Amino acid sequence: MAAFNIGKFIKYLILIVLAIIFLMPIYVIIVTSLKPLDEVSLEQMWALPTSIDFSSYVEAFTNLAPNFMNSIYLVVPATLLSALLGAMNGYVLSKWKFKGADILFTFILFGMFIPYQSILIPLIQFLRTIDLYNTIPGLVLVHVVYGLPITTLMFRNFYANIPDTMIEAAKIDGANFLGIFRHIIIPLSITGFVVVAIWQFTNIWNEFLFAVTITTNDNQPIMVALQNLSGSQIVEWNVQMAGALIAALPTLLVYIFLGKYFVRGLLAGSVKG
Amino acid sequence: MAENTQTKRKKRFTKDQWTAIAFLIPSIILILVFVYGFIGWTGYVSLSNWNTLVPDFSFAGLKNYIYLFNDFRFQADLRNTLFFTILFIGFVIILGMGLAILIDQKLKGESIFRNIFLFPMALSFIVTGVVWQWLLNPSTGFNQFLSMFGIEPKWYTDTNILAGFEWGSIEFGLPVAIIAVVIAAVWQMTGFSLAMYLAGLRGIPDELREAARMDGASEFQVYRKVVLPMLLPITMSVIIIMAHISLKIFDLIYAMTGSGANFVTDVPGVYMFETTFRGNYYANGAAIAIIMLLLVAVFIVPYLWNSRKGDN
Repeated sequence: MAAFNIGKFIKYLILIVLAIIFLMPIYVIIVTSLKPLDEVSLEQMWALPTSIDFSSYVEAFTNLAPNFMNSIYLVVPATLLSALLGAMNGYVLSKWKFKGADILFTFILFGMFIPYQSILIPLIQFLRTIDLYNTIPGLVLVHVVYGLPITTLMFRNFYANIPDTMIEAAKIDGANFLGIFRHIIIPLSITGFVVVAIWQFTNIWNEFLFAVTITTNDNQPIMVALQNLSGSQIVEWNVQMAGALIAALPTLLVYIFLGKYFVRGLLAGSVKG
Repeated sequence: MAENTQTKRKKRFTKDQWTAIAFLIPSIILILVFVYGFIGWTGYVSLSNWNTLVPDFSFAGLKNYIYLFNDFRFQADLRNTLFFTILFIGFVIILGMGLAILIDQKLKGESIFRNIFLFPMALSFIVTGVVWQWLLNPSTGFNQFLSMFGIEPKWYTDTNILAGFEWGSIEFGLPVAIIAVVIAAVWQMTGFSLAMYLAGLRGIPDELREAARMDGASEFQVYRKVVLPMLLPITMSVIIIMAHISLKIFDLIYAMTGSGANFVTDVPGVYMFETTFRGNYYANGAAIAIIMLLLVAVFIVPYLWNSRKGDN
């Protein structure tokens, strides 16, 4: 009995120590961002603030607010569109398989693993040609296109769990392709849409490479602005920390309130890759 | 059998089937152009002389590739990527699997622990980079604790190469600075493998472990002989997914350290970005991108091929 308890104690000890290490960065972000300027020094990094001061949030917010809005304008349409297209593709590739559908799916899926550097130069030339370079709609287009593989994969796996007999029964009742999609598949897809939307929202919000190469200055999403903020010498690092928290807040909130769906997305995008 | 497939085939090209294909067509065209077409175009650029602001598509042969493989910076990048990938994948697997096994022991508060280890997954590599840049800054952060024990690592500012020897134009060995970047990346991505392993462990029926215990296996043997082999497919998936993240990593390093002195923390993603978009060496940048794509393809193509076969 004693040995059993010691085992349990050690397990808790390891978990607690690691949990503390995992939370340290968050501690530093919060503590530093709440410090008044005269307490921000390298020596006092771990010390709690003597008084709580929101001035770094004010400064970070003034700097980042326009870019924060850019990210909203980017992430909402891009998430909705890529989820919708993913649902359409997933529906066809799971319930209306034709000869070669699986090979086609693999070809779509490959697009999710490529380093985006390998399409970046033509992509920018193309966006310049159609006048979408350095615009938020341009970034929306990019995220919709390169989101297709993952959203298709997620919806295809999701729809694989809807029994084929339901589709067959609807067909016998005279429902056609679109009717089945609208009246059977879509109503059963709410969870699927939540999982995919959360996944796309998080990824697009956090994305950096497209954002930094396709947009400049006023049109940049939040992550580029945060990187610029931390790269500049004049900005104190309490402001950087406040900025990091502001930039991370939307995805953190989604994780805190809808974490279950976030994890489902994570697994859906990988287990049966 | 033959008749059956024939009737099926007849049924296939109904109006519905055409609508189904029409549903897919926009996506197929987009993927064809934006993925395959653009990769081809990048390949073409990588064989051209376009190394100025003005596009120049005259044929250069393999000149850009030869330049890269003789280039100090690119050789350093390949070395860094190799060590980063090995360390990153190794730690993500060991930590993720270890934590998953611990959390799976039906301890109290397991969901709290799970949520703590998973939350960095919701953050951007940029946020991670900005924060860890301070935590691993040699004059503050963790060094304030470590200095109490008389250790003061130089983290990402360290230019030493461990076990280094001359190879090509670089010193080949483990760049100490890369360890700092690995720590930040492991912090961010361990949650991924943890979630995968937890899902895997939940899928192993308790009776199986029970049966092994009945046969007199110790707890350690149960894990080694029963659980670990059943987690092997998951380990393969984690390796593939982490490898492709690691081979194309850009934002974390760009935000946290940049190239570093002597390119000790440089990677192909950063080189490609800087040489193309800051230096206008488009053909060189395209060549780096194609090499990155080939490296990723080595892992991904067999993986996709296998999962397709497993599907049927």
